[in-house]
Amino acid sequence: MLLPVAKPGSSLENKTGAWRVGFKPKTDEAKCIKCGTCQQLCPEPCITGVEAGRKPAERTFPVTDYDYCKGCGVCASVCPVKAIAMVAEEK
Amino acid sequence: MARKTVEGSFAVAEAVRNCEPDVAACYPITPSTHVAEELANYYADGELKEYITTESELSSMSACIGASAAGSRTVTVTSGQGFALMHEAVYCAAGMRLPIVMIVGNRALSAPLNIWGDWQDAVTERDSGWIQFYCENSQEALDTVPQAYKVAEATLLPAMVCMDGFYITHAVEPVEIPGKEEIRKYLPPFNPKVRLDPDNPVSMGEYALPSHYQQFRQDLHEDLLAAEKIVRDANGGYAAQFGRSYGDGTIEEYKSGDADYVFVSMGSICGNAKEAVDALRAKGEKAGLVRIRLFRPFPYDALAKALSGKKSVGVFEKSYDLGALAPLCSDVSASIALLKGDRPALSSFIGGLGGKDVTVAHVSEMLAKIKQGKTLTEWI
Amino acid sequence: MIEVRMHGRGGQGAVTAVELLAVSAAEGGKWTQSFPFFGVERTGAPVQAFCRIDEKPVRIHQNVYEPDVVMVLDASLLAVTDVASGLKAGGVVIVNTKKGRGEIGIKGGKVFIVDATGIAVKHLGRPIVNTAMLGAFAKVTGLVPLDALERAIRHRFKGEIAEKNVAAIEECYNSTA
Repeated sequence: MLLPVAKPGSSLENKTGAWRVGFKPKTDEAKCIKCGTCQQLCPEPCITGVEAGRKPAERTFPVTDYDYCKGCGVCASVCPVKAIAMVAEEK
Repeated sequence: MARKTVEGSFAVAEAVRNCEPDVAACYPITPSTHVAEELANYYADGELKEYITTESELSSMSACIGASAAGSRTVTVTSGQGFALMHEAVYCAAGMRLPIVMIVGNRALSAPLNIWGDWQDAVTERDSGWIQFYCENSQEALDTVPQAYKVAEATLLPAMVCMDGFYITHAVEPVEIPGKEEIRKYLPPFNPKVRLDPDNPVSMGEYALPSHYQQFRQDLHEDLLAAEKIVRDANGGYAAQFGRSYGDGTIEEYKSGDADYVFVSMGSICGNAKEAVDALRAKGEKAGLVRIRLFRPFPYDALAKALSGKKSVGVFEKSYDLGALAPLCSDVSASIALLKGDRPALSSFIGGLGGKDVTVAHVSEMLAKIKQGKTLTEWI
Repeated sequence: MIEVRMHGRGGQGAVTAVELLAVSAAEGGKWTQSFPFFGVERTGAPVQAFCRIDEKPVRIHQNVYEPDVVMVLDASLLAVTDVASGLKAGGVVIVNTKKGRGEIGIKGGKVFIVDATGIAVKHLGRPIVNTAMLGAFAKVTGLVPLDALERAIRHRFKGEIAEKNVAAIEECYNSTA
């Protein structure tokens, strides 16, 4: 008997970072205002670190997990201060 | 177990209550409304643990899926258009291997709008992975409820108990209804190994890629076929405890052993067929009846054996597959194809749709045609 | 097997009456079945309900076309319905009417009449005749013992209502001719 049941977190086995084609996002911490928009809208979601409960000055910078980032560019597109750039990479 | 005279819907509702389901989720629809109403009455009287008044049948089935996934014994009730509205979730229940029991008061499908009985609402769900029982009368319908739970929970497959709309749902007949204590001896508590549990979280009804999806379907198919034996065992166990059995649980052979020609059908029409067969037997005619009780999984081998050596067979059904051979006849045809040597001539009769009354006289006329050994397709 | 067809109008309680008939016949040791010709009829529309009574379990599930007993709850139906349709040879028709047997124009069968409306109004204060007519059925057919009928009534209704119905049944039983 096969049960279509999965343990929590099992989708982490699929490292989608391998799907990036040529470009990855890079955050310029000098420009970043720690607003958290990129983290909120990342479809993967592979951006963490911006703690919503704190005032912006007390937050840490967003961190992108490149093991899962597919390089879609949504973060770069939505950043209100243009702190994220899609930069060329070679794998 | 005292005999009492009650409407079929109330008898079935009492049997459901006595199986002690944890959750009932229903949306009322003719002709199964009285079953849902009576379950709601039991809940109001504190005799049922939970009753969810859903806003649609799709929600009823979805609520049962959630409750069953959490390890509850569940029940829902439906008919006709409401059943059709459930369709998507009906497949999910089977695919997720949730042993939900559904009481069906069989009803025609629109259009034209019709509230009366035929089997199309349930027959059209024959591919969904559910076990399907079709009952001849109120007594069988209520006896099939604990059997359905027993088989469903043993196989982790959902099961439908189908009874003809009005002919059974609204007929007042004498019945014996087993009590809770008696049913407890027959039906062990539902205790699934995998369930939704905050302390041990899982996702159920997972996403499957092309590499795996078909494997799940094949596995479900094989387990459903294997459930045929469990149905026989459940019927035998019920007979041992309660003294009532329905053929071997999958088919009932009525005077068909030495018959030359045989009427094959399901549900309440088979009572009429028994009268017709008896009348022919009294005239020395070798007529018989084979009643199919278990429509899914289909008992191909048992039926082939029962029809072996017959000159001719006619299948009567209150269902259709427009543009193709009628569904029950198609399955009977596949059974007959298993036979070696001479095979009986096979006729297909479709009738009783939308509540059209099919009488003993109609069955006698069909039997006269079957005897001629032709291969007819007729709408009665 | 005895087959009963009851003609009434929506709201007159024909379905309840055949059910009470089935319950009381079962109490008297018979095998029974009752059911409505279910439709979308509303209050006042002509309706039918059926009952079968037998010495062995009733297996058939179909409408009653050739009744042994026809019961007519409302004489106004005689003008719009052929109540004696299919009546078996030697069958009986029981009609709730104030008119004489010869005045209601039923052809075929043995006709019995009773003013169930008058009796119901007297005992219940309202022209609800479905239970009263069961007294007439018991008298004419002998298929249902009066005490079984009264037990079924007392099981279905409570207290004063039950007793008023029982009184109506008894008067109907004694008045049917």
